[in-house]
Amino acid sequence: MFHDLKKAVVGTAAATALMAGVAGASTAQAETELTMYYPVAVGGPLTEIVDGMVTDFMAENPDITVNAIYAGNYNDARIKALAALKGGEPAQLSVMFSIDIYDLIEQDAIVAFDDIVETDEEKAWLDSFYPTLMENGRTGGKTWGIPFQRSTIVMYYNKDAFREAGLDPETPPATWDALVEAGQALTKEDGSRWGVMIPSTGYPYWMFGALAMQNDQVLMNGEGTETYFDAEATVEALDFWQSLGAEHKVMPEGTIEWGTLRQNFLEGKTAIMWHSTGNLTAVKENAAFDFGVAMLPANERRGTPTGGGNFYIFKDATDAERSAALKLIRFMTAPERAAEWSMKTGYMGVSPAAYETEILQDYVEEFPYAAVARDQLEFATAELSTYQTGRVRKALDDAIQAALTGSKTPAEALGEAQATAERLLTPYR
Amino acid sequence: MRHVIGWLLLTPAAILLIAFTYWPIGATVADSLFSRGNPIRPSRFIGLENYALMADDPIFWQVLWNNALFALGTIPASIALALMMALMVNRALPGRALARMAFFTPTILPMIAVANIWLFFYTPDIGLIDQIAGLIGLPGHNWLGDPDTVLGAIIVMTVWKEAGFFMIFYLAALQTIPPELWEAARLEGAARWTYFRRILFPLLMPTTLFVLINAILNSFKLVDHLFILTKGGPDNASNLLLYYIFETAFSFFDTTYAATLTVVLLLVLAVLSLVQYVVLDKRIHYR
Repeated sequence: MFHDLKKAVVGTAAATALMAGVAGASTAQAETELTMYYPVAVGGPLTEIVDGMVTDFMAENPDITVNAIYAGNYNDARIKALAALKGGEPAQLSVMFSIDIYDLIEQDAIVAFDDIVETDEEKAWLDSFYPTLMENGRTGGKTWGIPFQRSTIVMYYNKDAFREAGLDPETPPATWDALVEAGQALTKEDGSRWGVMIPSTGYPYWMFGALAMQNDQVLMNGEGTETYFDAEATVEALDFWQSLGAEHKVMPEGTIEWGTLRQNFLEGKTAIMWHSTGNLTAVKENAAFDFGVAMLPANERRGTPTGGGNFYIFKDATDAERSAALKLIRFMTAPERAAEWSMKTGYMGVSPAAYETEILQDYVEEFPYAAVARDQLEFATAELSTYQTGRVRKALDDAIQAALTGSKTPAEALGEAQATAERLLTPYR
Repeated sequence: MRHVIGWLLLTPAAILLIAFTYWPIGATVADSLFSRGNPIRPSRFIGLENYALMADDPIFWQVLWNNALFALGTIPASIALALMMALMVNRALPGRALARMAFFTPTILPMIAVANIWLFFYTPDIGLIDQIAGLIGLPGHNWLGDPDTVLGAIIVMTVWKEAGFFMIFYLAALQTIPPELWEAARLEGAARWTYFRRILFPLLMPTTLFVLINAILNSFKLVDHLFILTKGGPDNASNLLLYYIFETAFSFFDTTYAATLTVVLLLVLAVLSLVQYVVLDKRIHYR
């Protein structure tokens, strides 16, 4: 009765459909209850969107109840989900950081999707996503994570500022040199506008993954057991990042705050920002000026890491719960939902089929920037993820910040980070 | 028989203390002697190896040093400010209630809210501080992005947040001091400063001790703002011991090393409170 009541109050829009479903469910079918934690890492009313999708799912599947719990940022979501598991509270699936995969495997917390899917159709579903988005979800020949709120880094730029500086607003910088050049034209002497801002708090390693990739260097191997922090091309990439502030004076020196960067861009304090595509809809709705979105510039090649959250299913779930969780995940990542999700947030449609839906095609036609992230996937690589990923990531983050604030040279800082990573990863080889 | 009743009366408090204080402390110390376990390699007893690891960990030494600076920066300043504010609003003053409330407001706000407000004070270019500096022609500064200023910026915010809270205790203490003392002092020809130094301040010492203990504890306990402002960065320049413990336990999943760090935190706090009770208590007049 309680569930029926609870269902009845969830979402007025789907109420009629829901009531019909409840009437059917309360008689015979056994209920499966799922608890799911999910994070939000960028601004905007993302919780409402997720809750709305969950309500729709329950309307379609009256025998399944889903408690979707918003759990803060990626770190918080992982902490809460694992704490719930350890404390014996139910949690059958969660959206967590795609790069948590090795830690979750090591903690024996998750189950591979290969062990849950049964039919050929379900097996084919595992291959229906963009392969690049699966890189962070697959290891050891198994699929552990299904892409959901996935992003790449894109370059947002202020077209009005481009015009004012005498630059062509339709040709955003496509190389590192062009970025510096444009930055110099865009930076105002009096400090009222900077040319470029690349955030260096929160997720510095992520931005750095893009710069390294553009210099044709990945940061780790596919098994999560080796890092390449002190490779020549990696050091060069950090040299370049550091030179934007220290040498070319097109970016403020010191670290740049992830959380306030969008505001900086919206207030015109920087003409270009690198940020997650997850900000796209928020920028679109709040920019008082003409803005553009472009792929990140290239040095040796174009490049960006993918980012964001994947669905995981926990090992503790019973068979019935696992198949219900699979049903929910399939619902949430189905092309139409992925399309809707992408339009409302700016995150990517996770499968090619999502971009073939009519709504998203119409949307892309009217707002072409919605497809930049997808087009950039061709050049994308996995996000930094290794065993002991928290510590390895922190070593790299610290190195980047030390170089950007000038307390160490890039070579020195990255050398130390590599030594730390070696020490941490040796036991896993 | 009286013993039995005495112990019985103690039981409820003792159960709570043991369950939520002493047992966890004991468990923490025990945990710190084991290796980090996972399903593949179970945790095993390694003696003091975690402590040796800690002694070699440069980040540990840095956060400890940062914490010392943070304590030195926040404690005397917030106590002095609290006392000044209390003296100010203890007098007959037009709009006294308003002034008291204004001083107390930062205390009401949760630390996370405070950090979010100050984040927009400190943000370069669009932040309040830079905008005001811009008006009078000063260059902006990346307060939280510069390792030389980040800890100072956090200290200023913490003092702002804490002083109002301590003011309340001083204000309460000031109300209990009989006005005859000031009248008598005046008859004897004592100046205001002499009265404050020789009479008022010594009488306030019990309050000062209480406030001091709280301030010291807070300087090690208060890390909420780091989650919002800096996450300990840049390059650990604003990282504090408790935040590092949190990172180790929940970001690195290394609970045994986190336990080791926690033991250090407990020792630091225990030693500091012991010193205060033993040394300062002798110099305090309780009435």
